Amino acid sequence: MKNLISQCRNVAARLPLSRALMIAMLLGPIAGALLAYGAVAAQEPNVVTIDNFTFGPKELTVPVGTTVKWVNHDDIPHTVANKDKLFRSAALDTDDSYSYTFASAGTFDYFCGLHPYMVGKIIVK
Amino acid sequence: MAKKGLEDRGQGLGRREVLECMVWAGTGVLWTVSGGVPHSVGLIGDALAAEPTGFTFLQMSDSHIGFDKAANPDALATLREAVAIVKAMPVKPSFIIHTGDITHLSKPAEFDNADKVFGETGVQVHWVPGEHDIIDVDRGKAYLDRYGRGTKGAGWYSYDDHGIHFIGLVNVVDLKGGGLGNFGAEQLAWLEADLKDRSNSTPIVVFAHIPLQVIYKEWGWGTEDGTQALSLLKRFGSVTILNGHIHQLAQKVEGNMTFHTALSTAFPQPAPGTAPSPGPMLVPADKLRSFLGLSTVNVVQGNKPLAIIDRTLVA
Repeated sequence: MKNLISQCRNVAARLPLSRALMIAMLLGPIAGALLAYGAVAAQEPNVVTIDNFTFGPKELTVPVGTTVKWVNHDDIPHTVANKDKLFRSAALDTDDSYSYTFASAGTFDYFCGLHPYMVGKIIVK
Repeated sequence: MAKKGLEDRGQGLGRREVLECMVWAGTGVLWTVSGGVPHSVGLIGDALAAEPTGFTFLQMSDSHIGFDKAANPDALATLREAVAIVKAMPVKPSFIIHTGDITHLSKPAEFDNADKVFGETGVQVHWVPGEHDIIDVDRGKAYLDRYGRGTKGAGWYSYDDHGIHFIGLVNVVDLKGGGLGNFGAEQLAWLEADLKDRSNSTPIVVFAHIPLQVIYKEWGWGTEDGTQALSLLKRFGSVTILNGHIHQLAQKVEGNMTFHTALSTAFPQPAPGTAPSPGPMLVPADKLRSFLGLSTVNVVQGNKPLAIIDRTLVA
C-alpha cells in the first residue's frame, strides 16, 4: 500500500501538469480510498510508522504506562534510539516493529541510529 | 505503474534531466588529476587504449548483500557480475578498497557470501564498515571479528603501498540524533598522530563510507566532524578521498583534494532532493545495470597524476 502511494507521488512529480491532472481525475476515487485508509491507519493509537525516512507522527503524546510501537515501512532498515540511551531497538527491517513502554512522565527524544537526521519525540504525561 | 511513469518521463526530458541521466548512466569517464585540477581525457574505451602502466587499485562499494527488494531482487547476483569484470581485467588491480555496506543487515550468512564472492577475485580487499555492517545485536562485533584485525577502535587503520599512504576511516558508529556521519574525538586524535610525521609530498588516499564533505545535509549525506579530518589533511600535496553511501557518482576538487563517491553494485539512489527521501530507487529492470558499477584508480609514479575510471556493469 505504501509503495503504491509513494509511486503515485513519484509519477505525479515527474509528469507535466496536464497529464498529472488527467491521471489525478482518473485515479481520484482510488486516491480517495487510499487517503481514507491512510487516515484510519494514522489514527491507530500509540503507533509511530516509518515511511520515506520519516517518523510519523513526529511528535506523539501519550499517558504514563503507554506502550508505543514503531513499524518500519521502508525498504531500508532503521532503528529507534533514545537520545539519552534509555531505549534502543535492534535494526528493523521492512515491516519489523519495536515496542517500548513508557513508565514515567517526560519528553523522550529519539532518532534513527543509522540515519540520525531522522528524529522524533514521545511526550509522556 | 512505476514503469509507466518512467516511460512517460522519457517523452518530456528537459536538458537538465538528460544531463542528470548521463551522470547516472556513468558510461565511464577517465579523470586525471594533475596539480589539483581534474581533466577528463575521454570515455572508457579511449582510457583503456591509453591505460597507464602504473599501480592500480579498485574501489567497490555498497554491495548490500542480502538486499532483495523491488529495486534489485538479487543484490548478490549483481555483485557477482561486478566481480566477473574484476576477474576479466587483463591487469589485476593491486587491491580492492571496499567503502562499506558490504551487507544489508550484518547477518553472518551475508558476511559469508561477501568473503566467498570477493575471495573469487584473488585480490586483497581493504574494508571499512557502512552503517549496514554494524547492525548485528552486538553493534559491530560481527564486522570487527572478520575485518577488524590490526585495526583500531571501530575498525580504522592505515597502510602504505607504492609510496602512497592509505587511511581507512569509520564514520558510521555512535551517530548522534539530528546529526550526520561521525568520526569522534578518539579517531581524529589517531588520525592526527598517524599523519604527524609524514611529509607534505606523501600522496594520501582516505576512504570511508559516508562522504566526508556535506553533499546533502537534509538526507544526512555528509560527516559532522569531516571538516576536522580535512583540516588535518590540508597540508598534503595530493589527497584523494573515496566514499560510498550515496550510490551515485559525485566528484569534486578543492585545492589539492579530490572527492569521489562510487556507484553501488546493488541499487541506485535518487539524486539529492529529487525524491521524498533517499533509499532504493526503482528503475526499469533492463536499465538497472547501467546504474551499478565500480571504479578503477590508476596511479602513475613520478608525476603523480591520479585517474579514476568509473564503469557500470553494462556499457
